[in-house]
Amino acid sequence: MSDETACVATPSQTAGPFFHLGLRPQPSGRAGERIRVLVRVTDGDGRPVDDALIEWWHAAETEENSGPAPDSQVAAFARLPTRDDGTCELETVRPGRTPDGQARHINVCLFARGLLRQLHTRIYFAGDPALESDAVLSLVPEHRRTTLLARPDPAVPGRWLFDVRLQEPHETVFFDI
Amino acid sequence: MSTRSNLSRSQPPLLYAPYRATVRRAPTKPLLRLPAALSDLEVPVYGWWPIGETDNDLTRQHPNEPHGQRIIVAGRVVEETGRPVSGALIEIWQANAAGRYHHVKDDHPAPLDPNFTGAGRTVTDADGRYQFTTIKPGAYPWRNHDNAWRPAHVHFSLFGSTFRTRLVTQMYFPDDPLLPYDPMFQSIADERARQRMVSRFDLALTRPEWALGFSFDIVVRGPDSTPFEERV
Repeated sequence: MSDETACVATPSQTAGPFFHLGLRPQPSGRAGERIRVLVRVTDGDGRPVDDALIEWWHAAETEENSGPAPDSQVAAFARLPTRDDGTCELETVRPGRTPDGQARHINVCLFARGLLRQLHTRIYFAGDPALESDAVLSLVPEHRRTTLLARPDPAVPGRWLFDVRLQEPHETVFFDI
Repeated sequence: MSTRSNLSRSQPPLLYAPYRATVRRAPTKPLLRLPAALSDLEVPVYGWWPIGETDNDLTRQHPNEPHGQRIIVAGRVVEETGRPVSGALIEIWQANAAGRYHHVKDDHPAPLDPNFTGAGRTVTDADGRYQFTTIKPGAYPWRNHDNAWRPAHVHFSLFGSTFRTRLVTQMYFPDDPLLPYDPMFQSIADERARQRMVSRFDLALTRPEWALGFSFDIVVRGPDSTPFEERV
């Protein structure tokens, strides 16, 4: 390429509805205390987004569950497509806190037909005392923070529920990284 | 929704009404800028499973050869500074020569090709180079608007050194008459950035008596680059 155009980044384009061909599911292979999160993606009409791809990763847990991890080693990375009802179920070890003391969370990157660029959000866990002091949550307007919280599934012990709402009402907070 | 003026010149807006699916899927509120110091960008980007011998040759994944024009697609992955991105996982997927995906949800009445799955993967070398052998995909209709056809394209997915370089894009072919009508291609306002998605016929890459060559270089954000919406 010529020097003149070298600085122009390649544009993002939608993954479209047929990404399953090339972007194969990748389960998380780490051992440890398991948690499950049922993620449901819906559009502005409340309809399930049945052709989304979620990539997620999170920090490692430390030996003692209380303190921050000694480094930012990633414990898990995985990739899952949503099903016809717009859901997919993440299964992983318990996320750790980041070295700078952020509350436990799972990073989420979302692709879908109709998304010209990927979206980034985070799954935090309702009831975690560390939420109060989390540096990222403190940047989020208070009335929108609950969109980033998974809640315990009343029907399935050990499972959490997390909604990704692409638009209002209760539009999920998405991050520009 | 952010205005076009403060989006990166090279990237599409989330809401682009001519691409109809964006209307009910694009977030309506501004993205919340995450300071780099608070971002978890580090991911184990490569090595989830071994790359197979025919993973970068989509014409050799079945007992017989697929139908269509055999092509070689090759290029370099570099950061905006020009630094090569080595060890980057590239995954591709595409329609067959007739414009049909080997996918349960593709109902376009064009023939499937039993010798073509349309998926490949490879890893860039020390100089950021990669190469695929495949067949030229066909154009296909979609229901975005009246008589809508997607130009021939190959989907590319790329992991660099951190999640900031994560890129999913599409590679187009030179002189495709459908490009001016394609809302996905046209969602990029900047002409030079649009052209970045168009491969270039390359006689030097063309293998005599075998396959046409197309060059396709990919430029990703550097690990220290600013967030999308701050860039002008």
